[in-house]
Amino acid sequence: MTDYLAARRSADSLELALKGEWRALRLNEIDAELSALDLAGVRTLEIATQELTLLDLSSAWRLREFIAAAERGGAKVSFRGARPERLEVLEEALARGDARAPGDEHSHESHLEPVTELGHYVVSAARDARSGLAFLGRVAVVMLAAAGSARRLRPTAIARHIYDTGVTAIPIVALIAFLISVIIAFLSAQQLQRFGAEIFVVDLVTIGVLRELGVLLTAVIVAGRSGSAFAAEIGAMCLNEEVDALYASGADPYELLVVPRILGLMIALPLLTVIADAIGLAGGALLCRFLLDIPLTQYLQRVSESIGAWTFWVGVLKAPIFAMLIALAGTYRGLQVSGSSRELGRLTTVAVVQSIFIIILADALFAVLFMEINI
Amino acid sequence: MPEAARVVLDVRGLVNRFGAQVVHDGLDMQVYAEDVFGIVGGSGAGKSVLLRSILGLEHPESGVVSIGGRDLARLTDAELRSVKADYGVTFQAGALYSSLTVLQNVQFPMIEHLRLPVQALDELAMLKIRLVGLSAETAGKYPAQLSGGMVKRAALARALALDPQLLFLDEPTSGLDPIGAAGFDDLLHELHSQLRLTVVMITHDLDSIFRNCNRVGVLVDRRMEVDTLARIVDHPNPWIQAYFHGERARAREAKYGA
Repeated sequence: MTDYLAARRSADSLELALKGEWRALRLNEIDAELSALDLAGVRTLEIATQELTLLDLSSAWRLREFIAAAERGGAKVSFRGARPERLEVLEEALARGDARAPGDEHSHESHLEPVTELGHYVVSAARDARSGLAFLGRVAVVMLAAAGSARRLRPTAIARHIYDTGVTAIPIVALIAFLISVIIAFLSAQQLQRFGAEIFVVDLVTIGVLRELGVLLTAVIVAGRSGSAFAAEIGAMCLNEEVDALYASGADPYELLVVPRILGLMIALPLLTVIADAIGLAGGALLCRFLLDIPLTQYLQRVSESIGAWTFWVGVLKAPIFAMLIALAGTYRGLQVSGSSRELGRLTTVAVVQSIFIIILADALFAVLFMEINI
Repeated sequence: MPEAARVVLDVRGLVNRFGAQVVHDGLDMQVYAEDVFGIVGGSGAGKSVLLRSILGLEHPESGVVSIGGRDLARLTDAELRSVKADYGVTFQAGALYSSLTVLQNVQFPMIEHLRLPVQALDELAMLKIRLVGLSAETAGKYPAQLSGGMVKRAALARALALDPQLLFLDEPTSGLDPIGAAGFDDLLHELHSQLRLTVVMITHDLDSIFRNCNRVGVLVDRRMEVDTLARIVDHPNPWIQAYFHGERARAREAKYGA
């Protein structure tokens, strides 16, 4: 009735005939059959091994546990047929030192855990702040040093990053700018129509897109596309010891990897913003024409009336600052990667989340600043 | 070993081609139970492609690979899974899962194939870790914290997790210092005699071949010359002569009298 053993029980003795192949892969079944045996009151345990064709190390371990349980219960254990040699191998392996699985020593700290967790958090936050400052300083020094010579500025690398982060992002940036301006125009048209003030839809679209949304949405998209790419590229290079190879060959990874990315993105993002502004205004024009019957000439006239001296520049001037923040977050987190592929994923996520957060925070600060200086 | 030993791994007529480049052209090899079979060949001779074909990571253009008498190409997914649970593999760079500790790495195949209580998993994994000569302290470490020799041993412990009868090792001693490599050879020797494993290993290490292998297959001219170690060293092929009797091989010859 069972596959791996046949048991014969008398008053105070148990005869166990092992049979078949005892393999690690069948350990669940073997475990179930052994656990089903009742060892209570067994004085002598005889184990027959003639029909056992294979006993691997894992199942030998399970058999040893069973024998140990029988002996604890006061049984005398003997073998009929040969005692399996795997049991000897197992004893030898077990004799090779400490059997305890690691990780046990942490379990008894549980009641202090919140405190130690808080401590770890504070210390790691402080370290992060310090290394972030060190990174900023290092980047500033390298950038100033490189500014003196065209060769050290790596124009080829910068051009590649302008292409990767800027040119290839044009379709998605344009699409999002178009959709956003359509949404603003539609939303404001619904409200303003009630007062017969549809013409102000143009003002809302123009100022909204040029001052805030054009640059902000472009920056968010670029943070998702390029901030993550920076962190992942540099992080994979760290894991692959390529960054160490750069240091070892006397090259400066900051000059080669960090600065070109920062400068490339600082050039690409303002240009993307201009494109987003143009497409946004075009989207507004389209919606005004077909939903509100404002002809194109009137739309353009209204746009030029509503635009102030600074409306366009307020948006575009923010772009290089946002670009710098995105590139700094991406490259900084990328260079922190070490050890495992999980770190790479974690730090790439951190890079994107932090750069989006910093952009929005910076945008809020800009809003206050521009209000104070009345532009 | 008895004359009519059981064939564990059988490769017949293997052809592998990448574009115009023919890597294997009608390669045959047989590995018998309890062999320690060394695969030798120059860089680019197709050792790794051969191993990848055997493991099913590469699909050969033609040819048959059978493990334990079962043609891998004709198996269902479930059967293939059970064949895979029957052999263990170590890769050249260890290929330990970097986000898991050594202990968790060893437990990984067990959790995939078995349903055991946590305590039994811990004890069985620790058994394998000690079997390859690593300490309990090492078991809690992550792969990035290990030395090269410890990575090789941890990879071996993971390969042994389900007590396979067949073991594939890809350059198990490469990148180790001579003492570490000798230690690994001794370990392999001991495991082979204790657990009666069949081992197929790719290696460049002549010491390792003379210490462990009873049969050797040499990849030359897109085929394989297979013979016992004692006989293959006298094979007339010039590459094989250069390999076993070159400058670097002389010292070993003096040592092992091959």
